[in-house]
Amino acid sequence: MLPDKFGKFGVFGGKFVPETLMMALEELEKEYRIAQKDAKFKEELNSLLEVYAGRPTPLYLAKNISKKSGRKIYLKREDLLHTGAHKINNTLGQALLAVRMGKKRIIAETGAGQHGLATATSAALFGLSCDVYMGEEDIGRQALNVFKMRLLGARVIPVSTGSKTLKDATSEAIRDWVTNVRTTYYIIGSAIGPHPYPMIVRDFQSVIGKETKKQFMKYEKRLPDYMVACVGGGSNAMGFFHPFFKTGVKLIGVEAAGLGLNTEKHGASLCKGSVGILHGTKSYLLQDKFGQVKIAHSISAGLDYPGTGPEHSYYKETGRAEYAAITDKEALEGFKMLTELEGIIPALESSHAIYYAIKKLAPKVSKDKIIAVCLSGRGDKDIDIIKSSRLKGI
Amino acid sequence: MINRIDLKFKELKKKNKKAFIAFIMAGDPSLAITKQLVFEMVDSGVDIIELGVPFSDPIADGPAIQKASGRGLKSKATLAGVLNMVKNIRIQTQTPIVFLIYYNLVFHYGLEKFVKDATQSGVDGVVIPDLPPEESKELRKIAKKNRFSVIPLLAPTSPVDRIKKVSSAASGFIYYVSLTGTTGARKKLPKELGENLRNIKKITRMPVCVGFGISTPAQVKEVQKHADGAIVGSAIIKIVENNAGKKDLVKKVGRFIKILKGA
Repeated sequence: MLPDKFGKFGVFGGKFVPETLMMALEELEKEYRIAQKDAKFKEELNSLLEVYAGRPTPLYLAKNISKKSGRKIYLKREDLLHTGAHKINNTLGQALLAVRMGKKRIIAETGAGQHGLATATSAALFGLSCDVYMGEEDIGRQALNVFKMRLLGARVIPVSTGSKTLKDATSEAIRDWVTNVRTTYYIIGSAIGPHPYPMIVRDFQSVIGKETKKQFMKYEKRLPDYMVACVGGGSNAMGFFHPFFKTGVKLIGVEAAGLGLNTEKHGASLCKGSVGILHGTKSYLLQDKFGQVKIAHSISAGLDYPGTGPEHSYYKETGRAEYAAITDKEALEGFKMLTELEGIIPALESSHAIYYAIKKLAPKVSKDKIIAVCLSGRGDKDIDIIKSSRLKGI
Repeated sequence: MINRIDLKFKELKKKNKKAFIAFIMAGDPSLAITKQLVFEMVDSGVDIIELGVPFSDPIADGPAIQKASGRGLKSKATLAGVLNMVKNIRIQTQTPIVFLIYYNLVFHYGLEKFVKDATQSGVDGVVIPDLPPEESKELRKIAKKNRFSVIPLLAPTSPVDRIKKVSSAASGFIYYVSLTGTTGARKKLPKELGENLRNIKKITRMPVCVGFGISTPAQVKEVQKHADGAIVGSAIIKIVENNAGKKDLVKKVGRFIKILKGA
């Protein structure tokens, strides 16, 4: 079972953090292991996922895009969850852990604001105080989520250093945690960070893949041939993929190609990066020839991150998953297709996976193949970006 | 050959003195001035020089050192460039020099190559704030062969079993982080500092030096009472920041260090 006891997925993962946090990580891992075996914890989480978050989410055979592409394409509808994305699966689980550990304050980093929103929501539910670190650039492009977080009682702390996006929001959240580690629980929102976070986030998100498996057996009496999900830090993809690790299903993670993989402006750490250490974990990373971390770019704030989860690096290295990348422009086209053909407005992050499945994957596989796409979130938050890109004629 | 750090602590012990360690960021505002600053610090009686290598994502640092790191990157101070500067400095001084560097830069450079080049340039050891002993085994193995010190950190949140683990992995000295937080000047040091240090000293005979938050002569004195040395960083960085471009920058840093040392 991975990760091993050192928190490693092969050579990836681990705990590359200041000494001040080492004890907190050990405590968290201990508490998590106990909670995992606690029937009451599981029951409480499952009940919240069902009656509060809206699980199970449907697995929808997308009729019109299937017809258009000539292949069966199913969508796992995480966009229908409370707060509009898969992020709530993880924040409810981790908020329960925070309560168990007696922490009264929660912090989080956020890119698109979906994780921040899910964290603020969970904090409101459990009566915890909540501070969310968010890059200034993201605050600008995700104003709706910022407003929602504030309504929910969270403080949104703008981060003006470095990239002014998710990378530096994460650094600031880590600095806050180093300072307030005794009283504060840090809810990491993606399958990144030091051990045990990549494992915990993956486990809480695995509900996506587990349901998908059951639903496929019910509807198709078999598993899909391909599973496609977008990858920034990679939590929706890992949650979607992980229950299929031991099956023969082909797994494809779709990164942000931004303005193109041959430019400097993308977020494709698995496709174009090299191994390095960022935010406490060893994984693929966008870095220059000196080992300085580069600034990523994507039209979708949630994929605008120069690193990725260590387990994805492991999947890449071992060939268990393949990784591809989709440009900003293609993602916008994916957005448009799903909106117009299916009446579903997807998040720009998920639109990367949608475009890949319809335009890149479907045409090259035989007609009997079934494709499952994780529709990780809905697109309400992205409407302003869509509007301005229309004005620019993209 | 004995490591200059070990030699320094022996010498200090003989004189019944405590170490004063000063931190500056290489390349802030330029490598040429960093070199002048190092000489000035040596002349002002600094026992060990801690040189920061600029990194894009310094997660253990507060605003002062973050900004210094940014200025270092802007002046294009690369690891190779900083190593070369130390090589030049070594011709004129035997004061121990340690690097403060984030692990990705070391990893990217290559562990073997890093230790080899650092040793050959005259760097005596390294403090890596995001590399706990659990992850430093390979580096320590290489370092040991080259008598290069890998200086680990301890924090107020380290319980007894971690103090044991960390000190058994230490060489050179142990860097004790005075407070739970990032680097940067604080008005007051934690009350329990003395007690925490006594607990560590019960477990290890390795020299223990204290950093984070120390910015006044009184704090230096207080820390030196309990530990083998005091480390000052952000407060010096502030002097560099406020006097960048001025002719007397180097002298001002020297004067500040003398004040800190209570000389």
